[in-house]
Amino acid sequence: MVLELFLNAVVAGILLGGFYAAVALGLSITFGQLDIVNIAHPAFVIVGSYTAYIANENFGIDPILAGVLFAPVFFAAGMLIYRFYYVSFERTEQESIRGLAFFFGIMFIIEVVLIMVYGVDYRLVEAEYIGKTVHLAFFDIPVRMLVPFLMASAMTLAVYLYLSRTFIGRAILAVAQDRLALQLMGADPVKIKQLAMGIAVATAAVAGALLIVIGPVEPSVGRLYIGRVFAIVILGGMGSIGGTFSAALMIGIAESLIATFYGPSWAPAVGFTILLLTLALRPQGLFGRA
Amino acid sequence: MTHGKKVGVRAWLLSGVLMASVAILSPLSSTARAAEPIKIGFSMALTGGLAGAGKAALIAMEIWREDINKAGGLLGRQVEFVYYDDATSPAKVPGIYTKLLNIDKVDLVVSSYGTNEIAPAMPIIMRKKLVFPSLFGLAVNDKFNYDRYFQIMPAGPDPKNDWSKGFFTIAAEQNPKPQTIALLSADAEFARNAVAGARRNALKMGLKIVYDKTYPPGMADFSPIVRAIKATAPDLVYVGSYPPGSVGMVKSAHELGLKPKMFGGGMVGLQFAAIQKNLGPMLNGIINYDFWVPEPTLNFPGVVDFLKKYQEKAKGKGVDPLGHYLPPFAYAYLQVLGQAVNAVGSLDQGKIAEYMHKTTFTTVVGPVKFGANGEWAKTRTLQIQFRDIKPNDMSQFEGPGKRIVLYPKEWKSGDVVYPYK
Repeated sequence: MVLELFLNAVVAGILLGGFYAAVALGLSITFGQLDIVNIAHPAFVIVGSYTAYIANENFGIDPILAGVLFAPVFFAAGMLIYRFYYVSFERTEQESIRGLAFFFGIMFIIEVVLIMVYGVDYRLVEAEYIGKTVHLAFFDIPVRMLVPFLMASAMTLAVYLYLSRTFIGRAILAVAQDRLALQLMGADPVKIKQLAMGIAVATAAVAGALLIVIGPVEPSVGRLYIGRVFAIVILGGMGSIGGTFSAALMIGIAESLIATFYGPSWAPAVGFTILLLTLALRPQGLFGRA
Repeated sequence: MTHGKKVGVRAWLLSGVLMASVAILSPLSSTARAAEPIKIGFSMALTGGLAGAGKAALIAMEIWREDINKAGGLLGRQVEFVYYDDATSPAKVPGIYTKLLNIDKVDLVVSSYGTNEIAPAMPIIMRKKLVFPSLFGLAVNDKFNYDRYFQIMPAGPDPKNDWSKGFFTIAAEQNPKPQTIALLSADAEFARNAVAGARRNALKMGLKIVYDKTYPPGMADFSPIVRAIKATAPDLVYVGSYPPGSVGMVKSAHELGLKPKMFGGGMVGLQFAAIQKNLGPMLNGIINYDFWVPEPTLNFPGVVDFLKKYQEKAKGKGVDPLGHYLPPFAYAYLQVLGQAVNAVGSLDQGKIAEYMHKTTFTTVVGPVKFGANGEWAKTRTLQIQFRDIKPNDMSQFEGPGKRIVLYPKEWKSGDVVYPYK
């Protein structure tokens, strides 16, 4: 019985971790690779949730499909935001504090606009798989958690392959390490960073759709994820996509085990304890380069 | 001398004219004062976390204002509202009431929505010795003991314990009697209070508590909690939660087959039409608190007409489209105040308060009688059971038969289906 409970908790943690990875993926690119403290990333995720909600409520489109369909729009928005950020802050080397204030501002604007347009009621979506369960041996797997996990894994893999196998992807990795060297190779670091920011915000469209499939969403719910996703990115090793995914699974499993055997209130503390221990023993994070 | 006499006569004539004109004009000026509207002042959460409820409350209050003005107003004067958005920020509330009383010079005040927005107004209201009808504050007056505070939420004289009393009364009547209970609470004040009351009621009933935990805000997946509860095989599961937790618990319980004999209790959110529609048949069998549902036993005079008006005005405003939970009470707390003012025949706050203490009011939420602490003299926190809910249909919740009243007995509309399935 205890073993059954333990194994089910591990599986639940893996599924939850997959969802965390989807939310953290964009931040891993912006914060980990581009050095942009994009505190507004969870707010972009909430915009993704509302996009999925609108498509689902008005046109009956599957929320996750809506997230994928609207990802190009988010991509363009991400590029525009970076262009503004670059012109206003990065070019004049004022990005550290003012840039942070800029993303704080974006976060509040997004929240206020959503409140003014849609109010503060919780929004939910409907899909065939919500409420269904897959029974496998002694595992009970809610499809509402399984589908987001599979989607998050696919998205993480796609981003990983793009960054490691394509010229532009490698350029994105390079811009984080040596901007000047990239310029000498004939690539424009600003355009490369703009593209990377576009990809990061595009992942928020899908992550938002996954969030609203899992549970109800209101405009300020993104704030609850800020600490957790930054912890995952740092734990994984800044900018490592594989590291982010592994760290997300680790936090998911730890939270699930603690919630099952000890008490759900302690679950968030565990993630940060793991982070502190890791930083003490391995400051570059689990998969970061020393 | 003659000149002096003439001046004296003129002075007498002038003062006579002045006195006459004052005498003639004074009824006019008192008529003008009588025609001045009575101003009711309040703060309301129109933005921020409670705006959904605040906006719905305001719609209901505006319906009351239209109705009362059509019926001749209060004391023969039209009623006007002066209100400000408190942005769901308790820090803004004292400033708003100070302005309402000192600058806007309102004649009467009522509260904003919710415990956190009501409590900060209390010291100002108490200093001015005003009657303070309040809207959905949980046990606010426990600490103030203010004798002019009147709370419209039917929690009852001992709100913290009365909240779950019905759930345990129903459980105690079942055969075989349940033996064990799991308690789960959101890590926030209201939910903790509700579950603390449930804990006391459970111990009083002799139940063994086999699970007693809280969960933090931002919990995405409730399946570990449901599995842990399931492992303890409790007869009853009492949950004190906010909307995201309520939805998460209901979905996870359904997905993982949690089957206690009774499930529910203090779940906030299951009263709202959008959540009811989304959860659909997953709600069947759940027993939860509510304040008003469209069952025949609660069909009080005026409530159907009020809801028709509300539902028309609520369209496109991003508020609860059916408005069963809060709006009738937002209408009723003004009904109570209005009836008291008209009965007393003046705005004398002492006389209004005295009248409110001794009277049973007829309102759209039924007869309202206040106890000594300003709460309802007797609890009417309903325990309802969801039945025969079909998927994806909001209109089914408009009528009777979907939320059966099990408690209190005098408002009961059906028998419990036990055990929960």
